[in-house]
Amino acid sequence: MSSFWSGWVWTLTVGNILACWWLIRWTMKSRQGEAAQGDVTGHTWDGTLQEYNNPLPRWWLWLFYGTLIFSAIYLVIYGVGNWHGVSGWSETNQYDEEIKAAEAKYAPIFAKYAKMPIPALAADPEAVKTGRHLFLTYCMQCHGSDAKGARGFPNLTDKDWLWGGTPEKIEETILNGRQAAMPTWKPILGDDGVDKVANYVASLSGRKNVDAAKAEEGKKIFQTNCAACHGMDGKGNPMLGAPNLTDKTWLYGGTLATIKKTISDGRNGKMPAHKDLLGKDKVHVLAGYVYSLSHGG
Amino acid sequence: MSSQTTYNYKVVRQFAIMTVIWGIVGMLVGVTIAAQLAFPDLTHGISFLSFGRLRPLHTNAVIFAFGGSALFATSYYVVQRTCQTRLFSDKLAAFTFWGWNLIIVLAAITLPLGMTSSKEYAELEWPIDLLIAVVWVSYAIVFFGTIAKRKVKHIYVANWFYGAFILTIAVLHIFNNLEIPVTLTKSYSLYPGAIDAMVQWWYGHNAVGFFLTAGFLGMMYYFVPKQAGRPVYSYRLSVVHFWALISTYMWAGPHHLHYTALPDWTQTVGMLFSLILLAPSWGGMINGIMTLSGAWHKLREDPILKFLIVSLSFYGMSTFEGPMMAIKTVNALSHYTDWTVGHVHSGALGWVAMVSIGSMYALIPHLFGKKQMYSMALVEAHFWIATIGVVLYIAAMWISGVMQGLMWRAVNADGTLTYSFIESVERTYPFYYVRLIGGALFLTGMLLMLFNVLKTIKNPAPADDAIPQAA
Repeated sequence: MSSFWSGWVWTLTVGNILACWWLIRWTMKSRQGEAAQGDVTGHTWDGTLQEYNNPLPRWWLWLFYGTLIFSAIYLVIYGVGNWHGVSGWSETNQYDEEIKAAEAKYAPIFAKYAKMPIPALAADPEAVKTGRHLFLTYCMQCHGSDAKGARGFPNLTDKDWLWGGTPEKIEETILNGRQAAMPTWKPILGDDGVDKVANYVASLSGRKNVDAAKAEEGKKIFQTNCAACHGMDGKGNPMLGAPNLTDKTWLYGGTLATIKKTISDGRNGKMPAHKDLLGKDKVHVLAGYVYSLSHGG
Repeated sequence: MSSQTTYNYKVVRQFAIMTVIWGIVGMLVGVTIAAQLAFPDLTHGISFLSFGRLRPLHTNAVIFAFGGSALFATSYYVVQRTCQTRLFSDKLAAFTFWGWNLIIVLAAITLPLGMTSSKEYAELEWPIDLLIAVVWVSYAIVFFGTIAKRKVKHIYVANWFYGAFILTIAVLHIFNNLEIPVTLTKSYSLYPGAIDAMVQWWYGHNAVGFFLTAGFLGMMYYFVPKQAGRPVYSYRLSVVHFWALISTYMWAGPHHLHYTALPDWTQTVGMLFSLILLAPSWGGMINGIMTLSGAWHKLREDPILKFLIVSLSFYGMSTFEGPMMAIKTVNALSHYTDWTVGHVHSGALGWVAMVSIGSMYALIPHLFGKKQMYSMALVEAHFWIATIGVVLYIAAMWISGVMQGLMWRAVNADGTLTYSFIESVERTYPFYYVRLIGGALFLTGMLLMLFNVLKTIKNPAPADDAIPQAA
């Protein structure tokens, strides 16, 4: 803010406070020829409407003065415009200080956990409790308060892992995030091709109600186009986050129609990175909690 | 021609009746969305009945349709009688009635369809904004034109407040709605980011300060002394609290944006002037309530006075609560919780609706040539139902709001949050049920009022009072 605008703000702020003060003093003055206190002023509207010339109530006056004086003191402490007052306060400073205080208080707890391996954290009730609270703050929005996931968000309590379920892989996923990329196949395969592959994919998990002829043709398309990520056997590849298509777990839904849609339009599942948001130590504890969910924790 | 020898009550009658009707509509939508919070699947899948679409319809309907009609009706009535002259222009006054109601109907269609500029209390899209500006300027011409041709020298205090309300709302409406149209039903604000937020809440809080406070104080300054048959308590007090109120309200908006991207100094100024507002606000309450001194017994017998005086008590309570909530440390707890909702409704139901209802009960029989309402017992019943409704509503929201604030900030020994957000939602349910009951009671009172009004205005007698000739 330029010093002109800073001065402008100062003038208006202080001016308005002073104007209130002046207004009170000015109104309290008695004037020549006015009605005596407690009498009506002498004007009448609409037949009966009149006004008493009563003084301003004392207690109310003190209340008014009080807020004006408080404001003046507050302005000196906190400032207005470019000046941050004698305290030098700013919102950012306050935030930084609170964060610093919190770090000093809580960082040792997490530093202690940081030295423990994830399976040990998963077996430590205190660490699991802390991890659970972190999960309920940062993760439940997508994965649910029971961590069982939702459509498009994986269940974290089973043994099925898109990107690998080892302690290291789980921690890596939380730290750096994951970006899945199922391409859109409609422009390449056409509706007919999509239909055939979908029937084949549905048949992989042992489903009966698929069109066997289409599935047979779909198998060829699968092997040329899909196997690169999902594998020749359709069992997926955790290196790429490509799901196993032969089990009963479906991230976006396993009906034939949904499978078609997934193949046709593609999917872009995204797990955000938490390294900068939470820091390594908290992610470590979180990884311990997530690991505990599928390891009898 | 009789038109210059009598007051124009036609437009007053029209707005008075619409006050009752829009009140019921707006509150019905309010009860509906309160029910949706208590039972989230109530209208599941019906887009135009979803909470996000109906909530702006509720706020617009109760503030601008119900409150607006009450202000139009009473300001047109009061300005004529206290200036001892007929309205400046009958035709322009009629235009404001039909224009305002057209705006309301357009709002009732476009908001549920999801057409919104997404600014709170200013959601209507640009063509409707333009129409509002035209109607509002016409309103100003009628009002100030009438003041200009008044037959009495001094301008009565009620008219100061009505005048400030009309002028300021014009400025607020125009500047907050500066927007770039993209299509007929979509526009984008002219202001960027944090500036847009600041302009929005400068508008938002002054909509409270001038539409819902100054305007209704104008109403109070006529109907309280009239109904009590007593002079206004203190002329001096009205001078101080008028000027202090309108100058300090202008600054209070930033308290809606504490601890956001708004500059530090803006928040400081917003908090301080909100605090300073306490005394000027209470000046109005004192002047209203103390007007009754010497006639307290009337409060026992007259349910209209009960409405008026209880409305002033709620006004005093809300205007104490407001400055407290504007203090940063209090706001850190109260912001984003149901406490805010409770605060708004203690002002909206307790003050705005109650003072309007009381004034309408005093005004409507007079406009239709009747001595009083068809049933004063029903007015009394309305008063108690409404009061219990408000108390249930705001008590529920206070408790749930403070509970939410405390749950959100509760921290474990390891620094993690004690409660997940959804746990606070779960705990809020009981209060949502109580709030629903409170709101439904308030709506029930309005239905009693409609019945009573319909009975009162059946077989109307000639009522257009002759203008007394200046003595």
